[in-house]
Amino acid sequence: MIHVSMIVNGKAASADVDSRTLLVQFLRENLRLTGTHVGCDTSQCGACVVHVDGRAIKSCTALAVSLEGAEVTTIEGLAKGGKLHPMQQAFQDNHGLQCGFCTPGMIMSAIDMVNRKGSHLDEHTIREELDGNICRCTGYHNIVKSVAQGAREMATAGAAKAAE
Amino acid sequence: MYAFTYHQPNDVAAAVALLDEDAKLLAGGQTLLPTMKQRLASPASIVDLGKIGELSGISREGETIVIGAMTRHADVAANAAVHQAIPALAALAGGIGDPHVRNRGTIGGSLANNDPAADYPAAVLALGATIVTNKRELAAEAFFHGLFETALGEGEIIVKVRFPIPQKAAYQKFRNPASRFALVGVFVTQTKGGARVAVTGAGASGVFRVNALEAALGASFAAAALKDATVPAEGLNTDMHADAAYRAHLIVVLARRAVAAAG
Ligand SMILES: Cc1cc2nc3c(=O)[nH]c(=O)nc-3n(C[C@H](O)[C@H](O)[C@H](O)COP(=O)(O)OP(=O)(O)OC[C@H]3O[C@@H](n4cnc5c(N)ncnc54)[C@H](O)[C@@H]3O)c2cc1C
Ligand code: FES
Ligand code: FES
Repeated sequence: MIHVSMIVNGKAASADVDSRTLLVQFLRENLRLTGTHVGCDTSQCGACVVHVDGRAIKSCTALAVSLEGAEVTTIEGLAKGGKLHPMQQAFQDNHGLQCGFCTPGMIMSAIDMVNRKGSHLDEHTIREELDGNICRCTGYHNIVKSVAQGAREMATAGAAKAAE
Repeated sequence: MYAFTYHQPNDVAAAVALLDEDAKLLAGGQTLLPTMKQRLASPASIVDLGKIGELSGISREGETIVIGAMTRHADVAANAAVHQAIPALAALAGGIGDPHVRNRGTIGGSLANNDPAADYPAAVLALGATIVTNKRELAAEAFFHGLFETALGEGEIIVKVRFPIPQKAAYQKFRNPASRFALVGVFVTQTKGGARVAVTGAGASGVFRVNALEAALGASFAAAALKDATVPAEGLNTDMHADAAYRAHLIVVLARRAVAAAG
């Protein structure tokens, strides 16, 4: 067993894990953060996307032991004080989900997209950037609408925060 | 995934010391970990290169761009020096897989793996890059040895790759929409020494150069020079996605588009 420590959603978290433990297993099984999903075993679906040191990665395709000391944000870390993150709210407003299985990964990818590409995202960019996230239900149309709205509102929320 | 012993050395010498025939290097893990999850690989030990700082980074040294083996695809895609000197290479890196794969996957891992449909091998071959290991320097031609095979020997680690800056270059990829790998990808370059055309995704034994197209472009580096060009289908892949004749056709189409894009 190897001792591994990370900062997960702002809190220190550690466990003794087998070296083959994937980041997603550490999150789901050790920390009981089951919002991060596993939808495939080929690293293709994106249901498991989380942020590690500010970058979106597939948590099913990283060893927990490789990420000693990392800062991790999962879907559980987004809502603040009982208020949904603007990107979560946008998925609710636009009916951007049906079964919801892909949604945590979609939202983590969407926020990463805004962090890299800014808050004015055209439809083409959103579709291209969601390449690594597969949804079996929605047909993507409302997901794309959700991401566009969430991106705009992240800018507004950011501006409001900066003005405080 | 089967159990293994895990090591995370801090420098290349320590990593080399840990390598034996049952050990595997771990870079971005975007090929190795899926393979291990499916139990297609079961190394007894894993030597993780992730904490070796000297393996990451991009710099311009005179007329070459030098990229450390552990540099992630996303960092090559976003790097200002690469954009300025070899924009085609930045574009290629930005078209690998999806954003999450690009945030983990590395150039060293991609080259060591030598997947016949991977993107970087086409750039390395067309640009005439040099692969620097802990033991020696290898020209692109000497590095790739067919499907998933390279010149890398036991205890050998890719440290960095040196790309000479060309006069012109462009990459065109016809993506397999499901896997995101190249159904066919063509990288063209123009240098003082002439034109080069490297093809990935199509060859039954991996990446290769097309002499006939290079000769035509050597005479005139323009899409029109390839107007009547053809490439034989012999030696090209046939699979559920495309047959050899279709791939042969795509090579010429993509080569023309690449030359046009190179400007
Ligand atoms: C969904 C998905 C889509 C993808 N799409 C594409 C695509 O469109 N185009 C493309 O080209 N690739 C694609 N890939 C593959 C991706 O680019 C991988 O990142 C790459 O092939 C391997 O790099 P890695 O750093 O992840 O290596 P790893 O998986 O860690 O290692 C791969 C192999 O290389 C060896 N190795 C690693 N580093 C070194 C080194 N420095 N010296 C010697 N040996 C080393 C390892 O031991 C292992 O055998 C895709 C992968 C996924 C999961
Ligand atoms: S679970 Fe499908 S990509 Fe991670
Ligand atoms: S909402 Fe069901 S998979 Fe996307």
